[in-house]
Amino acid sequence: MQRSLFIDSFLRPELIARYTPDILAAMLVTVEIAALVVASGLALGLMLALVRSFRLRLIDILIVAYVDVFRAVPPLVLVLLVFFGLPNVGINLPSRAVLWLVLSLVLGAVAEEIFWAGILSVRKGQWEAARSTGLGFAQTLAYVVLPQAIRLTVPPLTNRTIAITKNTALGSVIGVPEILNVATTAESFIGNATPLTMGALAYVLLFIPVVILGRWLETRFAWRRA
Amino acid sequence: MDAVIQQFFNVSIMAAVLPVVLRGLGMTLIVCAVVIPLGLAGGLLVALAMGARSRAVRTVVAALIDFFRAVPPLVLLIFIHAGLPFAGIRPTSFVSVCLAFLLNNSAYYGEIYRAGIESIGRGQWDAARSTGLGTVQAALYVVLPQAVRNVLPDLVSNTVEVVKLTSLASVVALPEMLYSADMARSLTYNASPIVLAALIYLVLLWPVVRLVSRMEHRVAA
Repeated sequence: MQRSLFIDSFLRPELIARYTPDILAAMLVTVEIAALVVASGLALGLMLALVRSFRLRLIDILIVAYVDVFRAVPPLVLVLLVFFGLPNVGINLPSRAVLWLVLSLVLGAVAEEIFWAGILSVRKGQWEAARSTGLGFAQTLAYVVLPQAIRLTVPPLTNRTIAITKNTALGSVIGVPEILNVATTAESFIGNATPLTMGALAYVLLFIPVVILGRWLETRFAWRRA
Repeated sequence: MDAVIQQFFNVSIMAAVLPVVLRGLGMTLIVCAVVIPLGLAGGLLVALAMGARSRAVRTVVAALIDFFRAVPPLVLLIFIHAGLPFAGIRPTSFVSVCLAFLLNNSAYYGEIYRAGIESIGRGQWDAARSTGLGTVQAALYVVLPQAVRNVLPDLVSNTVEVVKLTSLASVVALPEMLYSADMARSLTYNASPIVLAALIYLVLLWPVVRLVSRMEHRVAA
C-alpha cells in the first residue's frame, strides 16, 4: 500500500511523532520571548508617550528620532546588527536576549506612536475640564486622558503587536531555538518537509486565537464614524 | 567610544562595500517593484471576495486571511522555498519571495481595503446602482475611490512594512541589500556594512514614515 507522495513529504506520521516534543519545546521558547516582548515593548511605548505629553522640546526630538529610526529600518537588519555588532565591542548577549531587545525596541517605537496619537485625540476641553476641577497634570493624564486615549489605541495597537510578535521567527536566523529554527534544523537533518509543516501549524495554533481576538477587539473598540 | 566607531561607523569600510550594497539595493527595489503591485492587486481581489454574495466564498477567504495573518512571513517564505522542492517544484529564491509576499501581503492589504469599503455608506452603492451602473462599475468608479482615500494612511504604512519585509529575502540567499551587507560583514569582520544598509533603509523610508505619521495624526484629530 503506497502512501501519497504528499503525505510522505509533508506530513509523515512517524516524523510527526518524533518531532512533536521538540516543536512543543520550541513553542514554549516562542511564547516566552513573545510575552516578554509584548510586556516590555508596550511598557516602553506607554512610558515614552507619557514623557512626550510634558512637551519638553529636546526630549521630544529624541523620542521622535528613536521612533522614526525603528519604524524605518527592517527588524532583521537590527537583529543582525546587534547580534554581530555588539560582540565586536566586547558586549556578549545571548541570542534570545538580542531578539528580545530588538523586538522590544521595535514594538516600543510603534506603541509610542499609537499611544501618542491616542493622547492627542482626546479633546483639549477634557484637559481643561479636568484641571479646573482641581486635578493636577499627572492626575488629569492618569484618570481622564489616558482611559479615553487607550480605548482608541486598542485596535491599531493589537494589530501591530501581533505583527511584531510574529517577528520572533527572525530569531531562527541568529540561532534562537524557537519554532522556525527547530523546524528548519530538523528539516535539513532528515531531508523531509514534515517538520516545516509542523512549524507552520504551530504558529497557526499559537496566533489564530490572537488574530481572532484582535478582530473582535477591533469591532468592540471601533471608531464611531459620523 | 573609538571601538564603537571602528566597529559600527567605519567610513573606509563603508566606502569599500558601498558598490556591493548598492547593487543589493537594486535587487531590493526590483523585489519591491514586483511585490507591492502584486500585493495591492491581490488585496483588492481578497476584499472583493469578502463582499461576495456566496457565504462559502466569504468563509473560505476569511479563513485564508486569518491563516496568513497568523503565520510569520519568514515561516511562509522558508516553507515555500525549502518545502516545495519536496513536492518536486524548485522555485528560485526570487520566485519564492514573490509567492510568499503575494500570499502574506494580499491578506494584509485585503483587510485594509475591506475596512475602507465598509467605511462607505450603503447609500453610495444604492445611488450608484440606481443611476444604471453595474456592480463592477459602482465598485470601480464610486465606492473604491472613496474607500481608498479613507484608508490611505493604512495603505501607505503597510507598504512601508512590505519594503522592510523584503529584507527577509536575504534568508533564502536572494542578493538584496541586507544579503549583500551581511556578506560584506562576514568578509570584513565589521558591522559597518549592516549599519550602511540600515542608513540606506532609513534614507529611503524615513520620509514615508514621517508622511504616514502626519496623515495618521490628521485622521485622529
